[in-house]
Amino acid sequence: MSAENDPAQRVAIGISFGNSYSSIGYTTGEGRAEVIANEDGDRQIPSILSYVEGEELHGGQAKTQFVRNAKNTVAYFRDFLGQDFKSIDASPCHESAHPVEHESTIAFKVKDNADKENEVTVSEITTRHLKRLRNSATYYLGKEVNAAVITVPTNFSDAQKEALNKAAKEAGLEVLQFINEPVAAVLAYDARPEAKLADKIIVVADLGGTRSDVAVVASRGGIYSILATLHDYEVTGLKLDQVLIDYFAKEFLKKHKSASDPREDARGLAKLKLECEAVKKALSIGTSASFSVESLVGGIDYTATINRTRYDLLGNKLFSAFSRLVLHAIEKAQLDPLDITEVILAGGNAHTPKIASTIQNAFPETTTVLAPSTSTTAINPSELSVRGASIQASLIQEFELEDIEQSTHPMVTVTPHLSHAVGVLCISGDESNGIFHAIVDAETPLPVRRTAIISTPREGGDVLIKLAEGLRHIKVTKPEPKPKKEKDEDDEDDSDDDESDEEEELREKTWKVSNVLSQAAIKGVKKGGKVEVQINVGADLGVNAIYREVGAKGGVRGIIAGGKAANGSA
Amino acid sequence: MASASVQINLPLPVLPAGWTAEKDFKPIGHLSHATDRNIEPVGPHFLAHARRKRHKRTFSEDDRIQAQANVKKIEDDDEGEISEPEDPLMLQREAKDWKGQDHYAVLGITRYRWRATEDQIKRAHRKKVLKHHPDKKAAKGGTEDDQFFKCIQKATEVLLDPVKRKQFDSVDEAADVEPPTKSETKKGNFYKLWGKVFDAEGRFSNKQPVPKLGNEKSNKEDVENFYNFWYNFDSWRTFEYLDEDVPDDNENRDQKRHVERKNQNARRKKKTEDTARLRKLVDDCLALDERIKLFRQQENAHKNKRRLEKEAEQKRIAEDAAKAKEEEAKLQAEKEAAEKAQKAEGKKAKEAAKNAAKKNKRVIRGAVKDANYFHGAGDAPASQIDSALNDVDALITKLDNEEIAALTAKLNGAKGADAIKQVYQDEVKQLIGAGKLKEGELKSLS
Ligand SMILES: Nc1ncnc2c1ncn2[C@@H]1O[C@H](COP(=O)(O)OP(=O)(O)OP(=O)(O)O)[C@@H](O)[C@H]1O
Ligand SMILES: [Mg+2]
Repeated sequence: MSAENDPAQRVAIGISFGNSYSSIGYTTGEGRAEVIANEDGDRQIPSILSYVEGEELHGGQAKTQFVRNAKNTVAYFRDFLGQDFKSIDASPCHESAHPVEHESTIAFKVKDNADKENEVTVSEITTRHLKRLRNSATYYLGKEVNAAVITVPTNFSDAQKEALNKAAKEAGLEVLQFINEPVAAVLAYDARPEAKLADKIIVVADLGGTRSDVAVVASRGGIYSILATLHDYEVTGLKLDQVLIDYFAKEFLKKHKSASDPREDARGLAKLKLECEAVKKALSIGTSASFSVESLVGGIDYTATINRTRYDLLGNKLFSAFSRLVLHAIEKAQLDPLDITEVILAGGNAHTPKIASTIQNAFPETTTVLAPSTSTTAINPSELSVRGASIQASLIQEFELEDIEQSTHPMVTVTPHLSHAVGVLCISGDESNGIFHAIVDAETPLPVRRTAIISTPREGGDVLIKLAEGLRHIKVTKPEPKPKKEKDEDDEDDSDDDESDEEEELREKTWKVSNVLSQAAIKGVKKGGKVEVQINVGADLGVNAIYREVGAKGGVRGIIAGGKAANGSA
Repeated sequence: MASASVQINLPLPVLPAGWTAEKDFKPIGHLSHATDRNIEPVGPHFLAHARRKRHKRTFSEDDRIQAQANVKKIEDDDEGEISEPEDPLMLQREAKDWKGQDHYAVLGITRYRWRATEDQIKRAHRKKVLKHHPDKKAAKGGTEDDQFFKCIQKATEVLLDPVKRKQFDSVDEAADVEPPTKSETKKGNFYKLWGKVFDAEGRFSNKQPVPKLGNEKSNKEDVENFYNFWYNFDSWRTFEYLDEDVPDDNENRDQKRHVERKNQNARRKKKTEDTARLRKLVDDCLALDERIKLFRQQENAHKNKRRLEKEAEQKRIAEDAAKAKEEEAKLQAEKEAAEKAQKAEGKKAKEAAKNAAKKNKRVIRGAVKDANYFHGAGDAPASQIDSALNDVDALITKLDNEEIAALTAKLNGAKGADAIKQVYQDEVKQLIGAGKLKEGELKSLS
């Protein structure tokens, strides 16, 4: 057993490896995830390598090379790993080294040697990048880092994971596990000491640099199941940068009528790009930001300012497109916004206040949007993946690789999930009058055990406990049309997208009883007594229910057979 | 997977009277089927789950495949539905001629056209980007020709913008379905052929859903609804897309305004033509629609039935009337005959009465002689005779036949001149009493 394969010798970190940025993190002895800053002091390290006279630059330093040394600067390459040349999207690499087909893989032509141009494969680039990350972590921790949990998008194929695994190994990192980015984000939130275990549906909406990804996740007793995902490559951080690039370029041309368009000059464009991204980030905190570039084009220096409202307007089309993606993912999961307890906004652009408010507006008040501008307890959205990876790394670093592999095996992970909620009828035993209350939610993995404490009629006595399956139903009520109030004379609020005068319909979540499972009686409940119901649902869909009066002796026990349904899934 | 228990504050229902079950529990139904999903192998709770589930077992590759067989997919695979061969001529298009390009063909989704969802357009776009990115072509040693790539971007821009897409869809002739000819329709494919036409036209409808043409089994109401809908079609179709480019410079404002006005007029004209075209289309379909004929026949049959019934009724009434008339005529004739007969009878009787009266009058006049002309004893002078005869004649004129008969009978019964005279005198007295004669009018009998 080699040193790094020995769990006792392991020093494991969490890595989030994005097309735009990467981060490294670890879990402290107290079990808190920490994000590590590299030598430049960056926690979001650009996933970029640049070669200047044979010297390799990495991260932020490499990024500045977009201006002078674009051809030898490699960026936005993660998604190319393990792919065919014909199935990659080369668009983000337009302003840096272009990917080329290299044997059966993809490479970048760069002068990574003092005077020789080489075709460096995307695997090799990845290895070099991960090596730099590993070094930064080793330097920070003072211990040789040799293992990692790495986050990947949910649509990262096995081939892509395989390629990444190899590249990491080359970089001296043993990949303990790949985990899905949205799940890492959920884990980052759940791992906080103040977090309470609750059954909920969470949407993770990630607006990164070159893509946006949405996942709908059921969280049941701390177990996560992805119900639907969606990926988009048009609604991106780069597009938001472009919006600002176009804005400043036009402003510049207005001011300097005879100057040429900086967007048509490679360096001018590179400078615009870097500065516009910086401006965008500044607008996440401040209500205005300044733009300043020396020698933008034709030796002209250009400075300008922009306020947040302007950016909100410029980006509005993309912001609402993002919010539509989120709603679409919920639709794909056959859910309603009312079913969503939390939206976790992830990815760097989640810092943008207008994105968070646009999402908040698309959801009912009952949905919490976790983003810096909507929640004081939100975690930095740029760090969600790496924090989740770091926590997972600390959870499994003591296991043998073999053990980890067996545990992540489909034999372990593939699990039947309840298709409907199971609960009791309250107030009336009649399905049409009774009020259904769920005890186990739909999409709960089996087996499961849940307990409910239920009130009884004021005088106590004999009670009926009817177990049933409940179907979630969205009740829509159209409001009475309000009499149109007269327009105040000079009412000059410029409300174009004003929906307030359009009566909003009222949407509520209700239940319909679809299938009665059993009846049971608890007799002679004392005044003010409560009944405890424990439901155990097996993987075969058999139900074992135990009913008793809280604090009383005895009780009723019943079994509902798994029945024919059990044959269907096994 | 322990978790805090659920607190339910609504009370349980009271047990219905008479409820019984063995050991107070009654199973009734079964849980609905379950969905197989992968749970994420992440977090402390998963570790506990894995420990329970593994139980020191090892799994084979077979187990692995088996386990995944029914798992619900959460990632889409992009292959399949959006792949169409690319026309080499199309690949040579210039981006500046984007108005003339078929955006759906550029993205390879001609089989969907106006039906393509936002999602399909996006996926098609991505596929084309992967294939035609100019940087990739250049990297493969091709030229840095990005014309078709720009066409792709333009197509996507148009199709993902709802307003622009409507403008393009308005003039997307490739999505039009030509109405079938009469002979095609006659081959018995009416519903299929025309159904497609209206499905295509329906894309312009503001009102959705658009009623379907239906088939030979459709009822009259549905068919009428269908044609009413199409005769009152509310269309969003516009013709901006065919506008002539408006000059962009600020110098020539008149020219600009001129082109704008021209465009406005052209749009209006095309819209009018389109409305007329649709109207004719609906007319044509209606004219060929067998159901309409059938409904008309049924209606006619219905009407005919009513007409026949009415005619029969009229005939019956007429017949009844004729019968009644005949009856009446017969009755009349009988009556007339009876009257005639009666008249004839009456004449005879009158004649007889007249004869009898004549006879009686003769008796009455004769009786004057028997009463010696009321002269008492001896031959009555001529004057006495005259006056007696005149008076008796005058008396007779005052009497009707019956009275004459009665007088005759009395005279026949009276013997002797005095008695006879007495009879006459009684008669006169009676007549005077009845006011028919004046006192002393008949001197010989006073
Ligand atoms: N504070 C900020 N405010 C606004 N935008 C930000 C901020 N920080 C980072 N971003 C933007 O977030 C994007 C990067 O997001 P993230 O760090 O999630 O990258 P990533 O996962 O590598 O992205 P991808 O893989 O999609 O390219 C960039 O567009 C960047 O400009
Ligand atoms: Mg990302």
